[in-house]
Amino acid sequence: MEELIIKETGTKPRKKTALQCHHCGEVCDKSIFADEKYFCCEGCQFVYQLLQENGLCNYYDLSKTPGIKVKGKFSSSRFAYLDNEEVKRKLLRFKDDQQCNISFYLPQMHCASCIWLLENLHTIQPGIIFSKTNFSRKEIFIAFDPAETSLRKVVELLAYTGYEPYISLKEGEVKKAKKINRTKLFKIGIAGFCFSNIMMLSFPEYFSSGNINQPYLEKVFNYLNLALSLPVFFYSASEFFISAWKGLQQKWLNIDAPIALAILITFCRSVFEILTGTGAGYLDSMSGIVFFMLIGRWFQDKTYDSFSFDRDYKSYFPLGVTIIKNGKEETSTINALLKEDIILVRHNEMIPADAIIIKGEGNIDYSFVSGENTPVLKRKGELIYAGGKQMGGSLEMQVVNPVEQSYITQLWNNTAVINEQKNKAKSFIHPWSRYFTVILFTIAATAALFWAFNDTSKILPAVTASLIVACPCSLLLSATFTFGNMLRHFGKNKFYLKNSSVIEAISAINTIVLDKTGTLTHSSRANVKYEGKQLTNEEMSFIYSLVKESVHPLSIIIKQYLLEENLLISLPVEFFSEKAGKGIEGKIKDHFIKMGSWQFVNEDETMNEMTGSGLVFLSINNKYKGVFRISNQYREGVEEMLKKLVPKKFDLHILSGDNDAEKENLQSVLGEKSKLSFFQSPQDKLNYIKNLKRIDTNKKVMMLGDGLNDTGALQASDVGIAVSENTSQFTPACDAILDSNEVQKLPQFISYAKAGKRIITASFIISIAYNIVGLGFAVQALLSPVVAAVLMPVSSISIVIFVTIAASVFAKKRRL
Amino acid sequence: MSVLIILIGVSILVAGGFLIAFIWSVKNGQFDDDYTPSVRMLFDDQPPKENKTSLKPKQK
Repeated sequence: MEELIIKETGTKPRKKTALQCHHCGEVCDKSIFADEKYFCCEGCQFVYQLLQENGLCNYYDLSKTPGIKVKGKFSSSRFAYLDNEEVKRKLLRFKDDQQCNISFYLPQMHCASCIWLLENLHTIQPGIIFSKTNFSRKEIFIAFDPAETSLRKVVELLAYTGYEPYISLKEGEVKKAKKINRTKLFKIGIAGFCFSNIMMLSFPEYFSSGNINQPYLEKVFNYLNLALSLPVFFYSASEFFISAWKGLQQKWLNIDAPIALAILITFCRSVFEILTGTGAGYLDSMSGIVFFMLIGRWFQDKTYDSFSFDRDYKSYFPLGVTIIKNGKEETSTINALLKEDIILVRHNEMIPADAIIIKGEGNIDYSFVSGENTPVLKRKGELIYAGGKQMGGSLEMQVVNPVEQSYITQLWNNTAVINEQKNKAKSFIHPWSRYFTVILFTIAATAALFWAFNDTSKILPAVTASLIVACPCSLLLSATFTFGNMLRHFGKNKFYLKNSSVIEAISAINTIVLDKTGTLTHSSRANVKYEGKQLTNEEMSFIYSLVKESVHPLSIIIKQYLLEENLLISLPVEFFSEKAGKGIEGKIKDHFIKMGSWQFVNEDETMNEMTGSGLVFLSINNKYKGVFRISNQYREGVEEMLKKLVPKKFDLHILSGDNDAEKENLQSVLGEKSKLSFFQSPQDKLNYIKNLKRIDTNKKVMMLGDGLNDTGALQASDVGIAVSENTSQFTPACDAILDSNEVQKLPQFISYAKAGKRIITASFIISIAYNIVGLGFAVQALLSPVVAAVLMPVSSISIVIFVTIAASVFAKKRRL
Repeated sequence: MSVLIILIGVSILVAGGFLIAFIWSVKNGQFDDDYTPSVRMLFDDQPPKENKTSLKPKQK
């Protein structure tokens, strides 16, 4: 057997000879074309023609091959449930006789062309009044005329053009609560307005050092200031008081407590001074603190709108389901599904509840649950767990467990408890703020004691001034701005964190658990090697035409491999048949071609040494030709990454749902200490993490996984990172989403998170220096409004600048 | 010096006008999406086609 063609698919940039589909950019042959443009499938061609008829070909000019390949054909009744009145009521935001409004989440939206097409939908379907997209949230708002079109038709149009909206159970339930929260912006705007005006009115006070010639003017200024400070105190600052109060109720002094105290004391003393006419108060400092801190919070909280980190099982399930009642098909919502209902599941539909097949042959794709994307054959009478996708004909099934009690739901609920504990983990800033409060009170008490013996009239000014000037706002600002900046640097490297507390969690990690398939390896790409007799171009066309007919993952890989460098023609296939678990066969131009397992291809029942997964044998006219060897391909840089992690004393574990073919290879890279486990079910993975944490409570576990099969483990770990090939796609519930091409940067990410902690500590020290200066004035009862008004913004701004620069410098150092 | 009182009143009114403008724009959703408008403005208007609805939202 001579080795003739060895090449890898995927890793190299595509050769120019490979023909690309005009619509979606996938490699294709010349069999489908229109207007001298080639398409990979009829779906893409139809969309092109639809756009062309409506004069929307601008779509292809704005970006190159912007289209989205529509996988499989839609059965006509796929969206039938959208005609159901209850479903409509749940989804529509507004409805009357002239206009219906609806918002969808479109995860496929990715470029300017998408925006353009989606906002021109009314040219294709006149019933649509207008549509407006929000790209950063990947949402579309559509208003349509119910007399001319229907919800179902609108959704069908979207799905047809490749933008299938994401409609799920959860969406239907929480839709009304989901509204952009604008209160933060209002609070900032009002605080900013009041702060700047108070500042302006306080200028005479600063420059005349308390002696304004016209006493009535001074009064007017002070009372105006007081009026302006009311909205700041009662509206903008309300969240600090609420948060501090909630903390106190749980007997916990959180970071907002000293801030709330400082705001309260400043306000009370200022009101007292103004009403008694003894001074101007510190209202400028107070509104400034509130303004800066609100900006800091807004900066930190501005995370990724288009990602959803808190998906539970409900977001994955469809909204509607077809029930067969008295021989008639009815649509119903999934919540109304009862035990022993008969449901109809069509091609490409998800099975919503654990059920038994009563009619039809199931070909279930469990990739959603297990990560394994080879469909499994199921026959009449077999139980199928919720979460599988039917590929092939329709199935009639009898529900065994309603949605809430299905296997996958149980798995989810198991982890809900752990998750609650995880959210309670306290930031390292909180102890700081507690020490801070204690030390502050000690200083204030000492000052009070000192003045009690010397000059009793100075007790109150000294104590209140200490509490005013020592506001921990620079402490808080340093953390919010450092984390806000780091989130942005992580985001630039396609590592999207749920919120800033994840950074702290990452910095504490000492154990890393990795999923293999899809995380360390490519899930869609593979190494393909052909060994055997050389194939002519014609023979390759035969093979290509045959594998094109099949949706088996191995067929798709071989198809991609063949197209990569060869220009092939697709030929009609006769007598095509696919035998699950064995292979495919068909007749092309009087040549009989068989591909699949050794036994299938050679009709030889004896076992052969050449068995195993990832081997596809080929015979033409019953003559053995050769074998395609398909193996997992590790992502670029993964090996170096693992080698970098080993000496850093991380406890490394690998969990794989796959077989142990790669065991020796991985062990040699990871060293003897790392533990590798194979054949792990989703439940096994969850238990593994739980065990790790139970045996050694000091273990802080980071889990990297890609599929829903890792969900339990991702939730149970301290930091669950979902690795995704396409970040616009759905990811399981997690703490962070990482683009799969950036997996190799993991060591840098961890070290950057650790650096973040150092930056904050450094800025704490700076802010303490400022506090010492301020307190120096305060305890001597010398704090004038000018000193407070200068010290406060200077300390805040200099700390913000320091942490911003430091965060950028540390990121650059790590090439992030 | 009483002119100062008038001037301060005017300045607060002007600043208040800006504050109202800001609140109005936030309420109006102008800060909800900071990306799409930047792309949208680059699209050319399409020539209105015959027998097709025009690009403007239909008023009913």
